[in-house]
Amino acid sequence: MKTQEQTFLTNVTNGTKVRLLKIDAGQGLKARLAAMGLLAGVEFSVINNGHPGPFVIDLKGSRMVLGRGMAGKIIVKLSGS
Amino acid sequence: MAEKIKKITVALAGNPNSGKTTIFNSLTGMRQHVGNYPGVTVEKKEGTCRHNGYELDIIDLPGTYSLTAYSTEEVVSRNFIIEKKPDVVVDVIDASNIERNLYLAVQLMELNVPLVLAFNMSDIAKQKGLVFDIEKLSALLEVSIVQTVGNKKQGINELLDSIIRTAEQPPKNLASLVKYGSEIEKEIEKLQQKFDELRNDRWTAIKLLEQDADVLGHIYNEEIVISVMESILRLKNIFGEEPEIIIADRRYGFISGACQETVKNTVEIRHNRSDMIDAVMTHKIWGLPIFIALMYIVFDLTFRFSEWPMGWLEMFFGWLGRSISGFWPAGSDNILKSLLVDGIIGGVGGVVVFLPNIILLFAAIAVLEDSGYMARAAFVTDRLMHKIGLHGKSFIPMLIGFGCTVPAIMACRILENRRNRITTILVLPLFSCGARLTIYALIIPAFFAEQWRGPVMWLIYFIGIALAVIAAKILRLTLLKGETVPYVMELPPYRMPTAKSVLLHMWERGWLYLKKAGTVILMLSIILWAAARYPRMNAEKLAGLNDAETRTAMLKHSVIGRAGSALEPALKPLGFDYKIATALIGSMAAKEVFVAQMGIVYAVSEHDDASVLQEKLRSDYTPLQGFCIMLFCLISAPCIATIAITRSETGRIGWAIFQWAGLTALAYAVTFVVYQVGMILLG
Repeated sequence: MKTQEQTFLTNVTNGTKVRLLKIDAGQGLKARLAAMGLLAGVEFSVINNGHPGPFVIDLKGSRMVLGRGMAGKIIVKLSGS
Repeated sequence: MAEKIKKITVALAGNPNSGKTTIFNSLTGMRQHVGNYPGVTVEKKEGTCRHNGYELDIIDLPGTYSLTAYSTEEVVSRNFIIEKKPDVVVDVIDASNIERNLYLAVQLMELNVPLVLAFNMSDIAKQKGLVFDIEKLSALLEVSIVQTVGNKKQGINELLDSIIRTAEQPPKNLASLVKYGSEIEKEIEKLQQKFDELRNDRWTAIKLLEQDADVLGHIYNEEIVISVMESILRLKNIFGEEPEIIIADRRYGFISGACQETVKNTVEIRHNRSDMIDAVMTHKIWGLPIFIALMYIVFDLTFRFSEWPMGWLEMFFGWLGRSISGFWPAGSDNILKSLLVDGIIGGVGGVVVFLPNIILLFAAIAVLEDSGYMARAAFVTDRLMHKIGLHGKSFIPMLIGFGCTVPAIMACRILENRRNRITTILVLPLFSCGARLTIYALIIPAFFAEQWRGPVMWLIYFIGIALAVIAAKILRLTLLKGETVPYVMELPPYRMPTAKSVLLHMWERGWLYLKKAGTVILMLSIILWAAARYPRMNAEKLAGLNDAETRTAMLKHSVIGRAGSALEPALKPLGFDYKIATALIGSMAAKEVFVAQMGIVYAVSEHDDASVLQEKLRSDYTPLQGFCIMLFCLISAPCIATIAITRSETGRIGWAIFQWAGLTALAYAVTFVVYQVGMILLG
């Protein structure tokens, strides 16, 4: 299992595909993200780790912007390439 | 043969950016109007349409991703569906983005409403290489699906046919189609068997398990609440996670199952062009300068192009005033004439003159929004705005505020979050508008040497911005407290805006503005007109005075003049006398009236140019007093048009009063400090 490392989304570089493991946030925020498709198990890729600004991901074919604070609460697993 | 027209109510639901508005416009054309949902500041668009002998009443629900209770828009949408029971709900789906868009559709299915899905932007989906087996998907979800291209009007007739067919069909039981797995299903079943209220209401049972605050708030049976809590605890034990998240997960599971068999992706090109544009537009370094340059172009163009029509409108109102005056002999002091010419034409005309400005500004905003750039602008300015607790999009109304506060407040509708919107509206008058520029243009040359004029002007604008930033921060920490909205936003792909949508937007806002001018602003203008003229003076007392002196004496005798004198002691610590006080009260109608009122107070003839008045001001006041006048005009009491628009855009008179009183108090405090400290420093 060594190849699959866990990390915060903020540490992921551009172009990386990841699988969402967990969101470390309150109930309301988690539900909002879930409604937008950000749920445990979902796969997405990082388009722009806009260090230090917001964060752009490709989720099921649409572009989503996450605030940096929020990206720091999302724990992901790298799913290679 | 007179056929009876049957009426159908249709609610239009859909995600933001799904092209819902283009479908709405295609269905209704110009037969639409905008209002608000009662009690909340969510815009409600309604329109009508005829098709095959049916009359369709179409309601455009706010764009939402789901039907939870976490945002006003979502609660409004679902309450409308539950309470008003529309005959058909059309869910507009961005076909190029189908899985995420179907999430709302699944929730609508849970609500058991007669549903039609419009797979919109199907041309873009095709370009992306998506191929749908519509027949099979339609059978799986048991709803009719119509492929549309909203901005090209494709599929609209088929959509209408489908709506009517669905309205005529016996209701289906869509709610039981989505399953949440045996554990959750068991709890739903338990609740439904135990309580009669829930027996036929699977939706409420699910919402209770999701701990939906709004639904829970309407359950008065303690036993239900206890049973629900027990169920939730059991589920939490099993899954190690809130049932709400598991339910969302199962919904996506259901969607992904349905899509697996029916949606094929033939090519792997996505977003390429948008990404390339974004690499420039949202660039770390260039993003902000590009945004500022674009904004500059927008404002430059709107103000440049609106100059001519504004001139025409001014000429028209001038002509109208003169023509009406012509019915009375020259020099006549008839009340009706004065009311018509000075009160109504002067007051309303002064506001209507800005109409071209507003229309063009909103055309520009519509282009920015429809093209997809607005989302990028918010992205680019977000870091800046986040520091004062606002959303990146607040930047746009603030910029407009330098032109005129009224359209700026109207533009706050682009802000989805209520707290953000109200905070922005409240501080907007601090962005020095064009009308206040006329005051600075009078005062600055009167008191300041050539080389200081630029810096003083800059200082005034800067003080306004600084106060707005501080006030916004304070409001977000106190009255309008709440987490800064977790920043998640979709970046829609860039699109070509359509002329129709831009025109409709212009028309909508322009009409809204005219309606305000014709009602509230008209009424307030008349009141202020009367206050500046009554009570009237005896003719004998005016004998021997020339024209200008007569006007001075009459203003001093009027309600406004007396109020000015009465306020003098209170305004003295700010360096103001009764003359300034009188002009300040008059300027509540519109800021630029201050200049005209000062002219009357100083008995300057209407035909003299500004230098005469400036000469008199210079002999009466110090530069410090001059600066304090500008400061007070900048911060204090927004004009009546602003008050009226704040009231209607926030939905409460309370916010308008709070804004007015708060800003006036702030103006008093700031001017007081500046004048007193200035007096000490300058001796």
